[in-house]
Amino acid sequence: MSAGEHYLGQVQAALGEAVAASMAHGLLVLEVEPGQVLPLVRRLKDEFGFDMFLDVTAVDWPQRRPRFDVVWHFYSTTAFVRVRVKARVEEADPTVDTLVPLYGSAGYMERECHEMYGILFRGNDDLRPLLLYEGFVGHPLRKDYDKHGEQPLVPYREVKP
Amino acid sequence: MTAAKPAQPPAPRGAFEYLTTRKDEFVGWARKFSLFPYPFVTACCAMEFMSVSSTLYDTDRFGAALPRFTPRQSDLLMVVGTVSHKQAPILRKVYEQMCEPKWVMAFGVCATSGGFYDNYAALQGIDKIIPVDVYIPGCPPRPEMVIDAIMQLQDKIASERHPIINKEF
Repeated sequence: MSAGEHYLGQVQAALGEAVAASMAHGLLVLEVEPGQVLPLVRRLKDEFGFDMFLDVTAVDWPQRRPRFDVVWHFYSTTAFVRVRVKARVEEADPTVDTLVPLYGSAGYMERECHEMYGILFRGNDDLRPLLLYEGFVGHPLRKDYDKHGEQPLVPYREVKP
Repeated sequence: MTAAKPAQPPAPRGAFEYLTTRKDEFVGWARKFSLFPYPFVTACCAMEFMSVSSTLYDTDRFGAALPRFTPRQSDLLMVVGTVSHKQAPILRKVYEQMCEPKWVMAFGVCATSGGFYDNYAALQGIDKIIPVDVYIPGCPPRPEMVIDAIMQLQDKIASERHPIINKEF
């Protein structure tokens, strides 16, 4: 067992039975309810030194209820290990708490996750489109979005036969 | 006190005192060797554009090497790379800023048809929004293909009408 896995084992033991934990690809995977994300991440940052926010994204399971996984990754720059946090949210209320108060860099990634999957981050007031443009309807990385559902901003030319 | 010099013989009336040509051919000949390109570069085809512009392939041989970094001074719009729907209004505005006469080259398969970006985000060919004179397929195109396209565009310019004052002249 490497030093990193040893450290993750200690984190898992400290978190106790309240958090569903497992190991995958050398990461500690923690699955919690959406409301528990903010306290858990605050503990991970303050007690266990996961001081770097790597990513937030979502996974769309069209046949499953709840439909979406929201997935965060954090990195410890002292123990050199990663941790993954997952929460399931319903399509009707795809809301989780923002992590901008803890990690400033979360803002852009929450904007991207919001436009691509329609996840709402409670407390993040700046969820404008980042890669898409104003007026774009829908969330293109959801599986029910048409691959060719283009929304042109410039009217197409009339091609003479 | 100087001796009078013998009168110079009159200048020979050579065959080349004047030439006749047709206006469209003359203007087309002038225009086809003074293409000022505006590179609208968005993606990796730019590497190939640099290659074809620089010493080894040297588009200056065709009078098409000096990029103007404002569309208002250029007459060849080279669209080099993928154009997304978010980028399309910018391309349209750049095209509208160019003065007549103007020509457009779709450089690479993405500008030609969207290429393998067959999805909602990419414009499926710039000819959906602006007219295109010459298409270069390839991902990226070989420099020889670009040179061939420039020569084909020169042939097109040389053979087309060049109204100067208005469409009637």
